This record gives sequence, C-alpha cells and structure tokens, in this order.
Amino acid sequence: MSETTPYRNPQNIQINKSWCKGCGICAGLCSKVLSMDGGSKAFAANPSLCTGCRICETHCPDFAISIGVDVN
Amino acid sequence: MNDVAQLARLMQGNEAIVEGALSAGLRFFAGYPITPSTEISELLAARLPLYGGKFIQMEDEMASMAAIIGASLAGLKSLTATSGPGFSLKQENIGFASMAEVPCVVVNVQRHGPSTGIPTAPAQGDVMQARWGTHGDHSVIALCPASVQESYLLTVEAFNLSEKYRTPVILLTDEVIGHMRERVILPQPDQLKVIDRKKPPAGLEKYYPYRPGKDGVPAVADFCDNYRFHVTGLVHDESGFPTTDADVAEKLIRRLNNKIMDNVDDIVLSESWLTQDADTIIVAYGAVSRSARKAIKEARLAGLKVGLFRPITIWPFPEKEIDALSRQAHTMIVPEMNLGQLKLEVERAASGRSRVIGVNKVNGELITPGEILDTIIKQ
Amino acid sequence: MQNNANKYLRSEKLPHIWCPGCGNGIVLGAITRAFGLLNCDQNNTVVVSGIGCSSRATGYLDFCTLHTTHGRALAFATGIKMARPELKVFVLMGDGDSTGIGGNHFIHAARRNIDLTAIIFNNSIYGMTGGQSSPLSPLNSRATTAPQGTFERPFDLAELAQGAGATYVARGTTYHANMLTQLIRNGADHKGFSVVEAVTACPISYGRRNKMGNGYDMLLWQKEHSVPVEKARKLTPLEMEGKFAIGELYKADAPEFTDIYERFIEEKQKKNKEERQRGVN
Repeated sequence: MSETTPYRNPQNIQINKSWCKGCGICAGLCSKVLSMDGGSKAFAANPSLCTGCRICETHCPDFAISIGVDVN
Repeated sequence: MNDVAQLARLMQGNEAIVEGALSAGLRFFAGYPITPSTEISELLAARLPLYGGKFIQMEDEMASMAAIIGASLAGLKSLTATSGPGFSLKQENIGFASMAEVPCVVVNVQRHGPSTGIPTAPAQGDVMQARWGTHGDHSVIALCPASVQESYLLTVEAFNLSEKYRTPVILLTDEVIGHMRERVILPQPDQLKVIDRKKPPAGLEKYYPYRPGKDGVPAVADFCDNYRFHVTGLVHDESGFPTTDADVAEKLIRRLNNKIMDNVDDIVLSESWLTQDADTIIVAYGAVSRSARKAIKEARLAGLKVGLFRPITIWPFPEKEIDALSRQAHTMIVPEMNLGQLKLEVERAASGRSRVIGVNKVNGELITPGEILDTIIKQ
Repeated sequence: MQNNANKYLRSEKLPHIWCPGCGNGIVLGAITRAFGLLNCDQNNTVVVSGIGCSSRATGYLDFCTLHTTHGRALAFATGIKMARPELKVFVLMGDGDSTGIGGNHFIHAARRNIDLTAIIFNNSIYGMTGGQSSPLSPLNSRATTAPQGTFERPFDLAELAQGAGATYVARGTTYHANMLTQLIRNGADHKGFSVVEAVTACPISYGRRNKMGNGYDMLLWQKEHSVPVEKARKLTPLEMEGKFAIGELYKADAPEFTDIYERFIEEKQKKNKEERQRGVN
C-alpha cells in the first residue's frame, strides 16, 4: 500500500475515546506503546516507542486509532 | 383499414399483461416458472430486449422479487409474475418493497390451492394473501381484471399507481382471465396516461430520501442519480437510516398506511351495472364477474331487480360504494372461487344493512351463471 | 485512519453497533482501505447487504447502500447490476446469511459469473440472534442451538464458490488485515463473480462459548490456524488438518453475465431494426 501512504509522524497517535470500546486488541498487538486505561479505553502509554507500523490502526475494530494523521 | 382495426388483436390475458407492461414503460422483469403465469415470462424473455429492457429467470421466487426491487431502485420499471405458491414465497420481499417504498408490480395469476392444489385450475383463494400476505401492518393496492382488455389496462394502471405511491402493486388475476383469448384494442401511445415516479430536485444541500411530500409519498432518488443514501427494511427516519425510536416507528407505519388509505378516491376503481333500481346486488370480481353478468341478464328477463357491483380495485376495498349500495339493496350475493374471502369485506362495509350471501366453489371450476342465478332466485 | 479511506465512511454514524472486540469493524476497515486503493467512485458504486451483524456495515459506508432481507442480498444486487451494468456493486454478507438462507442465491450468482464483489464476514455463528450454529460453524463447535457441539460438517465456502462457478475466490482473516485489503481490491478489479471470505471473530457469541478468549486471542487463533495458500498447496491433508489456506485461492477468466446480456440486447435491437427497414414483419 506504499503508493498511497503519505508522510507520517510516527509519534502522533490519536485515539478517539468516544469510538473506542476498550476491546484491548491494540494493546495486545502492541503492548510496548499502547495500554488500556483502567481496562476501559486504549491510550498511548509510550508514544515515543511507536514505529508507525499502524498494526493498531488496521486492527482497531472501532476506527478509533489514527497514526500520524489528523482526525476531525 | 381504420385505426381501430389496426390496433385490434386477438390475445390471451397473460399476453395482454405483457403488452400493458411494455406500454407502461417496463424495462426489467425477473421471474420463476410457475403455472399458470409462465407465458408472461416467456413472452417478456423475447420482447424486453427489443426495448433495451432486461429479462432474467432467477433461481427462485424470493430472488425474482428481490431482483425487481434492486432494478427498480436502480431506476427501471420492474415486474414479476407468479401464482399462489410463488406469491407466498415473494411475500417477504413484497414487505421490503412496502417498507422501503420501492415501486414494482407483482402479477399473481391465481390457481387452485392451498399448496400445489390443482395448478392448471382457476381459483380466487389469494384475496386475503394479497391483502395480508406479508407480515406487519401495511397497506396494499391490488387490481383484479375481468377481461383480456382489462388485463392490459390494469397492468398500465398498476405501474402508474406503483410509481405514484411508491408501493408494490399486485395485479390479482386468475387462470381463466390469464389463459382466455379475446379481442383487444390496444390504445395508441398518446392515448395512454403513463406516470413516472417523482424525483428529488438536484443540488439539495441535505437530502432526506424518506421525507414525504404533501401526498405522503417521498421523492426517493434512483440509485447513483445525484444523491448517496441508505435504503433498509428496518424502521428508518426521514434520512433513511435505521432507528428503534417509538415515535418514528409509529409515524412511519401510519404514513405507509395512510399514503394509500387517504387516497382511496384516486386509487379505487369499480364498475356498477344495472344497480340503479336493484334490490339485489351481485358483488363479483375477476372471471366470476363474467358469470355474474350472464346470471343478471337472465334474472332481469325474469323481472328481478338485480345489478352487478364489480370491485376492480380489490385492495383498498371499495367500502364507500358497498356502503351506499347497502342502503338500497336488501341482499348482496358474493360469488367467489374460494370459501368467502371478499364476502367478509362486503359484510363489514354493508354493516348489517343488507343480507350477504356467498356462492362459493373450491373444486377448481369456474362458478357458472346458473349457480349464481339459482341463488338469486332462491334467496 | 489511513490515507483516503476515511471518506468512504459515514463517520457521523460511528461508533458502530458491533460488540467490543468484534472483527466486523476490522473487515469494514479493510473494505474502506480497499476502496481507497481502488479510488472507488462513490457516486457510481452501490453496496448491498443482507441481514445480520455484518450486514449493518452498509449503514456506515458513504455510497448508495441497500440493506436487504436475510440471504437475499445477491438477488437484489443482481437486479441492480443488470439494470445498470456500469455501476460497481459490492455485496456484504455474513456466513449464515450467504450460505444458509441465501445459499441458493450464492451458488446461482456464482454460476452466472455476474460482476459482483461478494465479501463474506465469516464469524462461524449467527451473532445477531445470539449465537446459533451456521453452515460455516466448524464440526463439534458449540452454539446455543448446538449445546454439545454441532453434528454437521460445515461448507468450505471457497470450494463451494469455486465449484459453483465463481471466477475469483480468496480468503483472508482480520489478523491479516492488510492482506484482506489487497484481496478485496483484487476481487473488485476482477471482472466476474468474486468471493472474498473474511474470517473474523465473534468473541461474544462464538468465542466465549468455545473457550477461545477475547477478540485479541481470537485474532491470534487466526494467525496460528491459517496457512498462506502457496505453502498450503505443498502440505498434505494431514498437515493441513485443522488449518485453512489464505490468499488468492482461485482465479479464472470467463464470460461475464451482464456483458453477454448487453451484447444480446444490442444484437437483437440491431436485427429488429434491419428487419423493419427491409419490411419484414
């Protein structure tokens, strides 16, 4: 998918808390960076370790995570 | 040759339905073979492509109903044809068309039942199935031709009503009318009124596909024609998206019902013959009305004051007309090739003012003039 | 979300109705990213769905969308595609939807090789109604209607599609979300009936009853039980026991139904015109 991938700032991890249902998939796939806030919502515990692979973004069932792009 | 002679043709009822549909602008047919409606499929398989229209024989009755809804949403006037068993299978998606307000026409050439019954024999057992066949509260329009000429005209009318009110319309014919051959005069195209569905104006900033006009009918766009929107069989608001809001549900179901019931004067067609002085009214529809006409002629020769009331629109039922006739007639006789389905409606509308007698036959044979005349004399 | 995929979502309708950890959102994400790669024209694309959890996906996609009756999505879509062959038509279905109540429509759409892209969200269960077994529930798996485990063998959806005549058949998983995006994109690019099976997780109605853990655990299950098709072809049936192949499983060129029919109409009209000109009646 490299042909449509724009420049990204890997540390810009945005989580839309109102869409996140707290399933924990992102934190399971990337426990270095993401964690569950009291078990209910995802949050970026260590954004500086993010490599921008976007596995959390493509696997978030709730469209709640955006890496390196601004969401409205 | 004069114009009339040029346009006069000998044809079968089912063939007249095909001609009527093409005159009304039919461009898509999906069906499944079933006696005694199959001629409609066979003729359209050959004819539709000449008009740039599409024909498909689907894998089953549910699929053919689904396909015509899809094609109608994509903008084409659409038709399917079947008989009792197939009509039962189509009910699921007839309900969808009703809920999602998709114009389409369903022909049911009634045959003997229940179940496989006598496939080649006529009946009128689907009167109530036409009214209540799909689940949930809904209104419906069903038209009942009594001749080959009327099979043509009512098919055009069925399309017009379905486009105007955005609802499935049922042409409830029977094996006798479907298979009989008569002389038909096809109107010139410019003599024919053809109605097309209303469309929303282009360029609306926010489009509400299910916001009704003053007539209770929304201007739903054709798919991929100016607007992007959602269509569902779930209860939906004016935006078209699902909701379980009780107020929205109440309003929607009442509107779907009222857009038809508030317009009965526009929708309901009927014929009254020799009723002016009649104290006895025969209420008959479809093939049986032909026997009734003959019986009435005989009765009149014997000096009896008998007339015919023929519902052409069978749903919504012509209540007002029956109400008025019940104030002059002491007796109403309802001959039907079933065990008394429309008789219930006649009784309801006559409200005890007239005695209502059924003449019923469920052996797969047409009720004869003699059988009706016997009842007139014996009543 | 990634690149231009966002514009295909009706964001104002989110959050969606699916349960926490449900894979349907991952499949929907893969679909929108595939739309992005295809540079899909929103005004010339229709997305149709049936009934069930997965079929609510059409409500979240910004196209002309049609949420139909249970199992019948392909039949509705057939009407749309025949009426307007120039439209791109996607059909989203669940496993029970497409192979149970809609099984007949599925094999006949495949037989016709009509140019529809069918994406089947296979979560092995009827989720919306609370977890009844489906024709794709694995043998012995538990469901509310199979408390001791199912006694019936499931379909192999891909083999069913291929056997019935589909000309593009692929299988992906929500774990392999990027691969799934590519498979959907390739399926949509293929002319003919394309089937993409998306193996997805229903943690609530299937996972819990079958002791498979949460949404994350079920993703890992997909990783552990799937084998890329190139490798799977080299393995023996014994080695593939309990595993399934993923990737492009089958691809063939065959005449497409609406193409054939449109040509027929053209020829028939032309012939009719010529006959009229010659005065033949």
